[in-house]
Amino acid sequence: MREVFADALLIAAKDLRIEARSRVLVNQVAPFALLVLVLFGFALDADQRTLRTFAPGLFWVAVLLASLLAVQRSTSLEHADGAHTGLRLSGMAPSSVFLGKAAAVFVQLAVLEVLLVVGIVVLYGSTIEDPLLLVVSGLVAGVAVAATGTLYGALASGLGVRETLLPILLLPVLAPVLIGATRAFDDALGAAAVDGWAWLGLLVVFGLVATVLGALAHGALIED
Amino acid sequence: MSVHRYRDGVSVVELRGAVVLLGRFPALAGLDLSVDVGETVLLQGPNGAGKTTLLMLCAGLVRPADGEVRVLGHDLTVERREVRRRVALLRHGTGLYEDLTAAENIRFWARAAGLGESEATSRAASAVGLLGLDDRLLSRPVHALSAGQRRRTSLASLAVRRPDLWLLDEPHAGLDQVGRDAVDSLIRDAVSAGATVLVASHELERVRSLSPRVVTVAAGVVVRDSGRGGGTTRPACTPEAATGEAADA
Repeated sequence: MREVFADALLIAAKDLRIEARSRVLVNQVAPFALLVLVLFGFALDADQRTLRTFAPGLFWVAVLLASLLAVQRSTSLEHADGAHTGLRLSGMAPSSVFLGKAAAVFVQLAVLEVLLVVGIVVLYGSTIEDPLLLVVSGLVAGVAVAATGTLYGALASGLGVRETLLPILLLPVLAPVLIGATRAFDDALGAAAVDGWAWLGLLVVFGLVATVLGALAHGALIED
Repeated sequence: MSVHRYRDGVSVVELRGAVVLLGRFPALAGLDLSVDVGETVLLQGPNGAGKTTLLMLCAGLVRPADGEVRVLGHDLTVERREVRRRVALLRHGTGLYEDLTAAENIRFWARAAGLGESEATSRAASAVGLLGLDDRLLSRPVHALSAGQRRRTSLASLAVRRPDLWLLDEPHAGLDQVGRDAVDSLIRDAVSAGATVLVASHELERVRSLSPRVVTVAAGVVVRDSGRGGGTTRPACTPEAATGEAADA
């Protein structure tokens, strides 16, 4: 088990180092997510009351759309010049590769979420009424999105159509995360009278299932 | 260099009637091949003959649909992971990460093979010296390297693993004279350490100087095998062998 986590750390560190060098998150994914927030503002006619009401949902739609780019980037790193073959021959457990890649995507999504929280506060005038719920639900939903995205990224690359098929495969599966995270943020941002902590339970279950399933299934998905 | 030793009479590669299907197309159609410890074998044949598939089969990257396939003493249908960690496969892709430097790539692949920090560093230094990679080149990101420099970096990232079985697909492709000599040194070094090398190449004269044994593959089967001594030709029992049309040279 210790070896699995050590190898996962090696993979995550490698992916994050590549991200730090290439700046794809900073130069492409984050501007895209912020642009989505701005476009939602235009679409809703810049009515701050409406924007505040819908900010949690708009926030998570922006996160999910941006996560597609992060997952595609994570997958393409391994397939660009055949590194995935090296990983298969390395002797590393497939679960290590999955956990490492999901962890790197999670770190990127966490940074993205911080930027987007600033975005909805500045652009939509949202106020944070329960910071703890906001942080915990943001992190747990981030784990769920990163684990599911990494799993489906491997699935789509195995089918050989990763760029086009991934959104169709991934977004419907992430619908429960979108719903749960939006309800939790409704509570944390005071946008609606719901019990956000109860919805957090759904996110925890989803995140756990996605992580365990991903670790178990990744080997089969990257083979053959 | 520590290389796994085998009992006498145990082949590193033992294929009997190996069939590999790519879709419904038989890339290998009942191929027989036996390779002993320390041999260097040149695989030749026309494009699409099945050489690359043969190398991938030996690496445990494709499943046999039929036949008996044993590599490094393991049955590949059930023990692929044990084989994979002890082979090195060079393909057309370099397996390198573009945004990491050459040195970071080599170190990553050493750590990915399960080596500790100090062992990875020492093996990386040895592989870098063998492939003639200097400090200036090692500090560059891979996207700033030429195709030949990438190829040598890729070979260094494989060499740090000190595999028991090398599977090289066109290892001299895209290399200048210095790079070609470095690849030859790598092969000689591996064999002198007890490793076994299978080389698929169209550069017959170059590889023949390293390998007395030449195996010709066509239409997914071995049609000619010069044998371990290299002096005698052993045509396989196929119509292609009789006509000789599959031979590349």
